[in-house]
This record gives sequence, C-alpha cells and structure tokens, in this order.
Amino acid sequence: MTPAATLVRMTGIDKHFPGVHALRSAQFDLHPGEVHALMGENGAGKSTLMKVLSGIYQPDGGTVEVSGEPATINGPRAAQALGIGIIHQELALMNDLTVAQNIFIGREPRRSFGRLDEAKLNADAQTIFAQMKVRIDPRAEVRTLSVARQQMVEIAKALSFRSRILIMDEPTAALNDAETNELFAIIRGLKAEGVGIVYISHKMDEIRRISDRVTIMRDGAYVGTVSAADTPIETIISMMVGRALESVHVDIPDLTSAPVALEVRGLNRGRIIRDVGFSVKQGEILGFAGLMGAGRTEVARAIFGADPRDSGEIIVHGKPATIRSPQDAVAAGIGYLSEDRKHFGLALGLDVRANVGMTSLARFSNAMGVLDEAALQKTAQDYIAQLAIRTPSDRQEVRLLSGGNQQKIVIAKWLLRNCDILIFDEPTRGIDVGAKAEIYRLMQALAADGKAIIVISSELPEVLRLSHRIAVMCEGRLTGILPGGPGTRQEDIMRLATQKHGAPEEALA
Amino acid sequence: MTTLPAATPARKPASGAQQKLLAFASLIALLVFFSVASPNFLQTSNMLAILQATSVNGVLAIAATLVIITGGIDLSVGTLMTFCAVMAGVILTNAGMPLPLGVLGAIAAGAVCGTISGTLVAKMKIPPFIATLGMMLILKGLSLIISGTKPIYFNDTPGFSEISTGSLIGRIIPSVPVPNGVLILFVLALVIGYVLNRTVLGRYCFALGSNEEAVRLSGVNTDAWKIAIYALAGSICGIAGLIIASRLNSAQPALGLGYELDAIAAVVIGGTSLAGGRGSILGTMIGALIMAVLLNGLRVMSVAQEWQTVVTGGIIIAAVYADMLRRRRAAS
Repeated sequence: MTPAATLVRMTGIDKHFPGVHALRSAQFDLHPGEVHALMGENGAGKSTLMKVLSGIYQPDGGTVEVSGEPATINGPRAAQALGIGIIHQELALMNDLTVAQNIFIGREPRRSFGRLDEAKLNADAQTIFAQMKVRIDPRAEVRTLSVARQQMVEIAKALSFRSRILIMDEPTAALNDAETNELFAIIRGLKAEGVGIVYISHKMDEIRRISDRVTIMRDGAYVGTVSAADTPIETIISMMVGRALESVHVDIPDLTSAPVALEVRGLNRGRIIRDVGFSVKQGEILGFAGLMGAGRTEVARAIFGADPRDSGEIIVHGKPATIRSPQDAVAAGIGYLSEDRKHFGLALGLDVRANVGMTSLARFSNAMGVLDEAALQKTAQDYIAQLAIRTPSDRQEVRLLSGGNQQKIVIAKWLLRNCDILIFDEPTRGIDVGAKAEIYRLMQALAADGKAIIVISSELPEVLRLSHRIAVMCEGRLTGILPGGPGTRQEDIMRLATQKHGAPEEALA
Repeated sequence: MTTLPAATPARKPASGAQQKLLAFASLIALLVFFSVASPNFLQTSNMLAILQATSVNGVLAIAATLVIITGGIDLSVGTLMTFCAVMAGVILTNAGMPLPLGVLGAIAAGAVCGTISGTLVAKMKIPPFIATLGMMLILKGLSLIISGTKPIYFNDTPGFSEISTGSLIGRIIPSVPVPNGVLILFVLALVIGYVLNRTVLGRYCFALGSNEEAVRLSGVNTDAWKIAIYALAGSICGIAGLIIASRLNSAQPALGLGYELDAIAAVVIGGTSLAGGRGSILGTMIGALIMAVLLNGLRVMSVAQEWQTVVTGGIIIAAVYADMLRRRRAAS
C-alpha cells in the first residue's frame, strides 16, 4: 500500500444524543485501496461514526477531511458529492422497480419532453456490473433477486456515484458462504481500483480474510488501530471489551436438586435458529449473550409461539408442551417480556390497570364477560405497591410513564398470570441506571421465589451480573454455555459470540 | 422489594374527553343557531323528526364504532342492514313465520355476516377495508337476488311497523310520543356503551386498536376476539335493518349503499380515532345527532339538499382537524 494521500481522516469526533454520549473524540482514517475494518461491541459507536461520515448525523465536534480537504458533510447528498457511499445493513431498495431503476433513482437519464431514456438507464447499469464483474440483469425486478444480489445492486448504486469511499455495515449478515466469497471477490476488485472500504463486522474470521487494518472502538471512543494480519484475535477481543470490569459478586444458588422448569431440544427455524437446545431450572437465571442478529430474540419468540418453528421440542416441568401460539405458551406458564416494550409489550394508550390485567381478564370477569373493575383496581394497586411502580394512579396512561416503570408493568402483567417461566429480552433497554438496579433486584427476587428466568442481553456486564449460567449464541447456533460468576470473563463470552460454525475454538475454561 | 410512599394524586384521564366536549358544544351551538334562524325548528314534531332521522344512522354508527376502535373499518354496515331487512322479509312475508322469528332471523343474519367479515380480517389477514368492501358488494347483490330486485312488503305482519314507528313511551306519557326506533337507538347505545367500558370484549376492542401485537403476545386469542367484535357489529346492523324496514313497512333491496359513509362520518365527528384504540359510544351518538340536526336545520331553513351534503363534508374535515390540533397540542 502506498502511503499516498489519505482518503478520509476523522479526528476528535464528538456526538451527543439525549442522555447518551455516543462518540467521544473518536477518530478514523482510510487509505485508497484499503479495507479498513471497524470493530467494537454493540453500542460502541461504529455505526454512529459511519453515519457521521455519510452525512446522516452531524457531529457536535471534531473534523472530517476527505482527500486532505476539510469537509462539511451536512447530508447524504453532500456525502455522495464527495464520493462517499454507504451500504446499510437493512437494504433500502424499492422492490417493485427494476435493478437499473433502483440504481439511478432520482438521476434518470432523460430524453426530450421529460421522457425517460430506459435504454441508457439499462446500459449504464450494465457498465457498472461489468466493472464489478457480476452478472445481474438490469431489467430484473429487485423483488426477484436474492438478498446477496440485492446487496450487489446497493454496491452498484454506490459505485454509480463514482464513490471512492464505500462503507459496508455488516454486509455478510444475511449471506451464505458462497455468497460471502462472491462479495469478497467484488471487494478485492474495488480495492484494486483504489476504492477505500470501511468494513463493519462482528465476524473475526472475515475480518482477517478481507481487511488490511482494524480499528477498535469502545463506548464511543477510539481504542486503537492494528494490522489485521499480525494481530491475534485475543488481542482484538480484549481491546473491544477493555479492562475487565470489577468482578461483580453473583450469588449463585445451589440448584443441583432443583427441578428443571423448561427444556428446549433441537429448536430450528430456517437459517435463523439452528439446533438450539438448553434447559433452565426453577430458581435459575440463565443469561443469553451474543451479538446483534445472533438469533437470541428469535429463539425466545419461537419458544413463546410468537413465530413458527421448523422443529424442536419444548418441555415444561417435565411434560412436552404443544406451543403453537403465544396463547399456548401462556397457558403453559411461559411469559415473554419483549425487547421492544412499546411495540410488543404494552398498549401505550391504555391505563396501568388495563395493561396489568391484559393477560388475565378472564379471571376478572363473570360468565357474561362483565369486568370486575373493583377487583382489577385492587390488583393493579397491589402490584403498583409491590413492584414500586411510580405512577400517579392505576388509571394513568402507560405512555406517560418512564421506561423502568413501563417494564415493571409488563412484569406485573406476567406475574398476575402466574407465569413461572419468564423470558426477559433486553430488560433494561432504554431504562436509566437507577431503575436498572431496581429491575435487577426484582429479577433476582423472582428467581429466589422459584421462577425460572431467561435473560437475553447485549450488555455483557448485565449478563455477568445477573446470570447463574450464560448461554452464548452466534449465527443462530448455541456456541457454548459458561458458568456464571467471577470465573467467566467478558473475553470468554466474546470469543463464543464470534465463533463461526466450522471453526471450533479450543475448549474454554 | 421496596415499597414507595403514596403516589401523587391521579391526573384526569384526558383521552377523547375534550373531543367529546367539543362535539357536544358544537351540537348545542347548532341547536341554538337553528332555533334562532327558524321558529319552526324547536317544535316538538321537528325534534322528534330529528331523532327519528338519527335512529338508523345512529345504530349503524354504533356498529361501526366497535370495529373502528379495534383499528379496523366496516364498509359493509349499510348493505348488511339491507340484507338483514330482506332476510326479515323472507322470513315474515315469504315464509309467513311469526314476528319474533323475523326479528331473530334478521339479527342472526347480521351476526353471521359479521362473523364472515371478522374471519376474513382475523384469519385470512385481508385488510378490513378490502374485506368489508367485498362484503358490501356481495351483500348488495345478494339482497337484490333474494328479493328478486323488488321490495318485500310487511302488510301481512301488522305488528312489524310498530318496531320503529310505534311509541312505547307515548303510551305511558302521551305528550312525548318518542318513536320506538329512537328508543331502540338509546337503549342500544347504553348497552354497547356498557359493553365497551365494562366487559372483556370492550377492553379487547381498545387493546386491539391500541397495540394488537402486544395483546397477541399477552397470550390472548386475538383472532377469536376480533371475529366476535365484527359479529357483534353485524348483529347491530341487523337491528338497523329491522328499524328501517319497519319504518318503510318494506325491505327495499336497492337501499343501503352510502349509509356506511354516513355512519363512519358520525363516528369520526364523535371523536373516535380511525387509527383505533380511542373512541366512545357517547361521542358517536353526538356525532350522529350533529349530522341529523345539521341536515334538518338546513332543510328547515330551505337550503337546497345538494348544499346539505357539501356542509356535511366540511363538518367531517373540520371535526377531524380539530381533533388533530388537540392531539398535537397534547403531545407537545
């Protein structure tokens, strides 16, 4: 690589969101013809930094230079003009238009009287595909293409702006091995033409295969930049997780004689969940760690009957349970607390009382279906007191309450239904620090009370603090179950969380 | 687990109350305006005419309210009403069966059709707009087919016209001869108001409209409840069919199209959100009365009929815009 002009140099980038310091003096640079990987845990600030570079966010501080010139990138159009293209994780294509129409949307070649020049449109698209050395019919409807092909259309679209800088956010998340190889061939081709590529990924083996340098971020800050070829994976992982947190004392109860509450065997769903099996005992908190998209939420939803599954047995208290819908799961005593309370957990426009009672109205009504509002009110007020829900009254609309209090209402809803297997999906997302500790205490009290608890969390400190055992997933597979407590380090979890199938690591302590 | 000191006093639940108040104030304003503008307006006979004119639209609007609160829409209420009227005609006139069977038959026909609409929406996942648009046309066609496109008269069932035009109240208090159709409307409003606010079915109406996925993930059989709600709305359309057939002493198979839009207009003017989750029967009743008062008042003032529809359209837009303004202010 020539030490010639640097394509991008970002220094001292600061970005605040309400309540979050998302980027703290972050830095990044990119050379022509280089694949530069950007790594970090969930929430480390990778995507935010790239959104600054592509003009989606405006930084609060810091400088961006493109090709040595200071640049103000005040929107996606400005980024395009500077030759910066981004390929988002979620593809943003118009499914009903053709490939060529998608690539040139907003810049359609015209003939006289505003007529479209479809022939030139298709020819121009063909030229780009030839440059990429892929064969895609410009006239095909995007809907008919595989995800991998759609991604190539996105790349072609970025190249059509004469992009010299290409940002790829987890481009292989939805690709199989053959498709990944094809993508890498394209990336190598672009490299040879001097395009600089920012490659965001969680997959260690890919990083080593495709990238030249790796920049590691943590908590919104720059940690360091290393050579991909010469740096051991362990070094990169420890840079990602940072200095080990002070070990939190976890009281792990002796559960040897406790009965198994929930057992899952051979759970499968397409490519999302592959042969997942585990069990949780009464009184146990089983943590589920993994990176975004590892399939943890999907496992929870499949167990709960919210999504269909291809195969898999669910055994509740020793008896096989037939779970085809959330109704069946609730009848079996399983409650699911979604990561997205606002969409899946609460009826925000209704009051506390109605939400608490949602799962159990049958119990509060007579044969005619008439509700016993007095009993509902008393129950709601009991839970408000018991869980310390801060609300003016049980008639308050839940949308007016804080995240922590909303979460408690969801918990109350399931407790009222006598669910003794509770699946918490990101239980403290969007909840402030003080309320977090309260939710933790509540979960520990529930476990001490004999409930079986599964907690899915993307925050490793949270998993370590709560879990009696820790299940780790990667790409739909359960890659290992670690003991809870101080013996397990974040590095151990990260290693399992990035362990691609077919590349077994040595046994872990 | 810790316990906290007593919570601060409750804030008044503000949902829809203001909109209802606004609608009610508009109704009063209209009444005052027309009584000043025309001396004939406030006469008892004219007031009764307004109520009489409200009865069919009011009953249909109650049916539409249930479905709209769930976040759905029912375009078939008008032609379903006609279909039920025709079914009553078939049972009473063509088959010569006794009056109670005709009444039950009409309501049952409504419930069956509602169940079908509900199944299309809940089980087959057809958007409510499309499912009930289809039902609207199917029922219009079936009404014409079954009746042979001719009105079915109820001359052989003398009691039938009493359903709407007789007056139970007038028999007790002769000076207030409120027609039975109006009585049915008000009793129905009370019953459905109770169902919405005090029963499981009502609670799920609001919950489905507020966040259907959250309800499903709470382990509630959302499909079954949705079907039940459409079925209840359908049987209410059956009652509307009885009222209109009784008033005309005949089932008019060509009638019905357009009634659904008046019903939805009344619901919307009454502050029920087309997005679902919010609404009330009281609001719908006020909405239906506003429409009837407006049409009657303009007629009493000798405004041409074609202008009456123009004004109704304007009122709908104004009512919804007022609601949007209020909510935007509440959100900020």
